Amino acid sequence: MTGYLFILPWLIGFLLFMAYPIFYSLFMSFNKVYITASGIKTTFLEWENYKFAFLSDPHFVEELVMFLKSVVLLIPIVVVFSLIVALMINQPIKMKGFFRAIFFLPVIITSGEVVNELFAQGAATIPIIERYGIIDFLQANLSPTWGKPIVSVIEQLIIILWYSGVQILIFLAGLQKVNKQIYEAAAIDGASPWEIFWKITLPSIKPFILVNIIYTTVDLSTNSLNNVIVLIKENMFKVETGFGYATALSWIYFMVIFIILLLSIFFFTRKERLEFKKS
Amino acid sequence: MKLVHETNRFVLKKVNTTGTRVKKALLGLQGNDGLIFKTFIYALLISVGFIYLYPILYMVSNSFKSLSDLLDPTVLWIPKELYIENFVKAWHVLEFPKTFMTSLLNSVLPALAQMVSCAIVGFGFARFRFPGKNILFGLMLLTFIIPTQIVMIPMFLMFEQYGMLGTPLPFIIPAIFAGGIKSALFILIYTQFFRSIPPVLDESAQLDGANYFTIFFRIILPISIPALVVVFLFSLVWHWNETYTASLYLGDSMSTLPLKLKEFNDSFRVLYSSSSGGESSGADINESIKFAGTVLVILPLLVLYMFAQRWFVEVLDKTGITGE
Repeated sequence: MTGYLFILPWLIGFLLFMAYPIFYSLFMSFNKVYITASGIKTTFLEWENYKFAFLSDPHFVEELVMFLKSVVLLIPIVVVFSLIVALMINQPIKMKGFFRAIFFLPVIITSGEVVNELFAQGAATIPIIERYGIIDFLQANLSPTWGKPIVSVIEQLIIILWYSGVQILIFLAGLQKVNKQIYEAAAIDGASPWEIFWKITLPSIKPFILVNIIYTTVDLSTNSLNNVIVLIKENMFKVETGFGYATALSWIYFMVIFIILLLSIFFFTRKERLEFKKS
Repeated sequence: MKLVHETNRFVLKKVNTTGTRVKKALLGLQGNDGLIFKTFIYALLISVGFIYLYPILYMVSNSFKSLSDLLDPTVLWIPKELYIENFVKAWHVLEFPKTFMTSLLNSVLPALAQMVSCAIVGFGFARFRFPGKNILFGLMLLTFIIPTQIVMIPMFLMFEQYGMLGTPLPFIIPAIFAGGIKSALFILIYTQFFRSIPPVLDESAQLDGANYFTIFFRIILPISIPALVVVFLFSLVWHWNETYTASLYLGDSMSTLPLKLKEFNDSFRVLYSSSSGGESSGADINESIKFAGTVLVILPLLVLYMFAQRWFVEVLDKTGITGE
């Protein structure tokens, strides 16, 4: 019983600020919502809001596809980058604290507005990339369907790397939990660092890779730089669309994110399931 | 003839031993303690670190540039003079003291609430067995991936009904109930941390007649200060930086620093261009002034980070924010 008492605050909060709003927003997404002086009025629309989003809205599908493409590109970049940095600062190096401080610094700055500002003033790209015309080269040689997202990734490369702060810490935590004796035994057996990485380090931090994929997906999809989110907010206060349509868009967006998460969990654990079947 | 041959062999042998010694020093015994590897790691760390810090360095350097320095292509990183005027202007545009207090109000109070409430819930999940615990824990984790956009509109209407819009209450009240910004992550940090505290500690206290509430507040919380600090700092930073829901819930009645930064251009025009009338002396906005504004917005966080950096960096990998 004491257990329930301790989690009671969360339970109340969950019902008030999660469960109730979720059901209410699901209800609104099937309605046209008017705000009048006397309160909220709704008219039931069935699937009209959802149909409108896919068939008539000129921006939504385009932005959603753009978001999907960027996620597919960004997740591997962020996860691999944070793994490399975590491996480096986990080494016995001098000024460890200093380097860790650097790589964790962006966590405190990555607010939408500051990042927007840096981005608008051109502080987010590495100047070398522009100087050597890499962007022009890519634009000329790739089809616009993938060229555009790739170029936008390169243009915001530093900011993207900035989204790795928490992920670096997750990997660091994982790396420190690996049993040191295994490394010693492997070194005595004459394993090279390369072999040690693939045979010992990587398998033991595998669960953390999945955690990081999930964290990165959530982080990328909820940050306010995201155009889909901007679009949802715009629609909220438009007279012709309003709250009902905006909630329908959020639900579609949520389903998309949810599918991405399910797919990554599925692909990530597939190998283990195959091995399980074999044995 | 024989003698020469002998010395040749001797020289050869000597070269060989220094050779292996050099090789050992360069490549190391275990592969990761050699000089080449070390140099490579440091070079990589320094260059990646520089790229990482580039936007901040660029911003700080530009914020001190006067207009002539800004237009002068020979001035790259270090301005010819430290031009403070940008900061003075940005300070006025942001209405710094007032906005700073609002930002503080909107981040410190929710962070305190979240720090305490999530600790209580985390303890509940870490120490007790009760029916439905796993389902509830799963639900709790699920709240992490539900985008705010879904619950935002009903919450907006709810807070409007209670007349809480335009106050920090829409952030504080969910925080009291272990909800709000990324609270699932905080509960997870606490759960992991409390699990690492041996239960023997509570058992001995129980023998002395303490109940679970005294155990929690008297024994567990005092030894959990590192976890408390980390959660508080994270919560503070994320609340400070929140602009999306903040602009919705606060409306026009309150403005935080990041929100002010958003409308920087407009505020600047109102403050300087129109008041100076026809004069053109420094009335135009330039990127240095905007950078100065951006520096001012993140400066409080940078100062905080300087003091708390040790906790941020050291403690978090000890608490282990991840599941096993």
